Amino acid sequence: MSEAFSEHFHDRIVPPSGAPAWLTSFTAGAMTFLAVFALALSLAADRLATRWADALDRTATIRISAPEDQMALQTKAVLALLKTTPGIASSRAMTPDETKALLEPWFGPDLPLTDLPLPQLVELTETAQGYDSEGLKQRLAAEAPGAVLDDHLRWRRPLAQAAGTLRVLGLTAIVLIGLAMAAMITLAASAALAANAQVIKVLRLVGATDSYIARAFTRRFTMRAGTGAAVGAVAGALGVFLLPAEDSAGGFLTGLGFTGAGWLLPLALIPLAALVAFAATRLAAFRTLKGLT
Amino acid sequence: MIAFENAAYSYGGGELLSEISLRLAPGSFHFLTGPSGSGKSTFLKLCYGELLPTAGRVTLFDREVRGLNRDAVALTRRRIGVVHQDCQFLDHLPVASNVALPLLVSGRPTPSRDLADLLSWVGLGQLAGALPPSLSGGERQRAALARAVITGPDVILADEPTGNLDWEMSLRLLTLLVELNRMGKTILVATHDLNLIRQAKSQVSTRVLRISKRRIQLAGADL
Repeated sequence: MSEAFSEHFHDRIVPPSGAPAWLTSFTAGAMTFLAVFALALSLAADRLATRWADALDRTATIRISAPEDQMALQTKAVLALLKTTPGIASSRAMTPDETKALLEPWFGPDLPLTDLPLPQLVELTETAQGYDSEGLKQRLAAEAPGAVLDDHLRWRRPLAQAAGTLRVLGLTAIVLIGLAMAAMITLAASAALAANAQVIKVLRLVGATDSYIARAFTRRFTMRAGTGAAVGAVAGALGVFLLPAEDSAGGFLTGLGFTGAGWLLPLALIPLAALVAFAATRLAAFRTLKGLT
Repeated sequence: MIAFENAAYSYGGGELLSEISLRLAPGSFHFLTGPSGSGKSTFLKLCYGELLPTAGRVTLFDREVRGLNRDAVALTRRRIGVVHQDCQFLDHLPVASNVALPLLVSGRPTPSRDLADLLSWVGLGQLAGALPPSLSGGERQRAALARAVITGPDVILADEPTGNLDWEMSLRLLTLLVELNRMGKTILVATHDLNLIRQAKSQVSTRVLRISKRRIQLAGADL
């Protein structure tokens, strides 16, 4: 008899079983699982875009390819020229070790530098006003014929733009996943309401208001969606965790993942999924109830 | 309590009830008789706002039912206990929860002792934890009556409440209704059972209404 007075009684007004309830859990779980990956993709793209944008930030490289006996002379000429070029804040010649480090990802750590005719690289940083790129190229051609200006923009800007697009795509995917989840839970809730016509009839008979009935269904579906989303979020985070580490392979896709407190972000998807389920079920419940006597 | 003013109800192009004018006064006890399909259940549904009149006025507790929104209808039903012919329950909840349902949905406390007393009163003390599908027809009728009266409603409407009961249980149920009427409740019972009506008239002052040719009349003295 005490069961009648349980404070959880309201949670049990809607029958616990049925395909719509199971479908809600499954949908929320699957969608949250996918959302974790979309979130990881978005964050990875964000990190990439930031890294590339930082690298682009007012830097350029001058590559000097000259016979060995002229290399030092031309390097000195380039550095001197840069010191007198308006718009250039600083410049420096990269050391052989730094050059080697740049080549290491492609050729490995055992690169015999002395056997290769490597160019001398000069890194420059421009001021906020910037420099005249065309003017600098002409002066370089005159002072150091082996020097070529590479202002990075040509190849890094599209990459940064691509990373930005990936970030937007990731966020768009999360929004679409949320909308798809809302649509499916709405269908499931509508099916549940239709399947429980007798429950609604009895509740109406004993004086339950629409908001009470809607709350009973909303509570049930929100809890179901929350549980499904929790499983999906944990599974998704585990999947991301098990991806190869960025450092070991170096590619973009292997850089998918969360860092530090970012690992808590998948957990934020759980209340978000529950919120989507709450809104979808409430809408479906009131719409259905309005059609009943 | 409940008043009809030249009310009518039509369905599918045909008029089921017409020109109904009557008033169920507080504390009154009415029986409603008539052949099957004459509109007794429809009349009861008009009495608790499940159906709206297609003509005329029906007033529940001094409020015109057509002017009530859905929530107002729900709140009005809390003052009316209904025992249906088919006695629908929430089949996944035990009898005790089903009986307590009107209190729970209205957010009122449900004292265990009162609920136990009520279940004993209708002879279901041992079946508090049973699920409705396991109940017999008579037990369902009694559970429905307990559910109808648990909030202490002003009006009790019963549609063939003894349809599935033997005579002994019918008398017991009638006794419950008479007791409730003596407590000041307004009672309206739709029934075919003339013996039940005669038995009631020996215990309490009742009026018998008869539906005939879509209209409701006071029955003759033959009852």
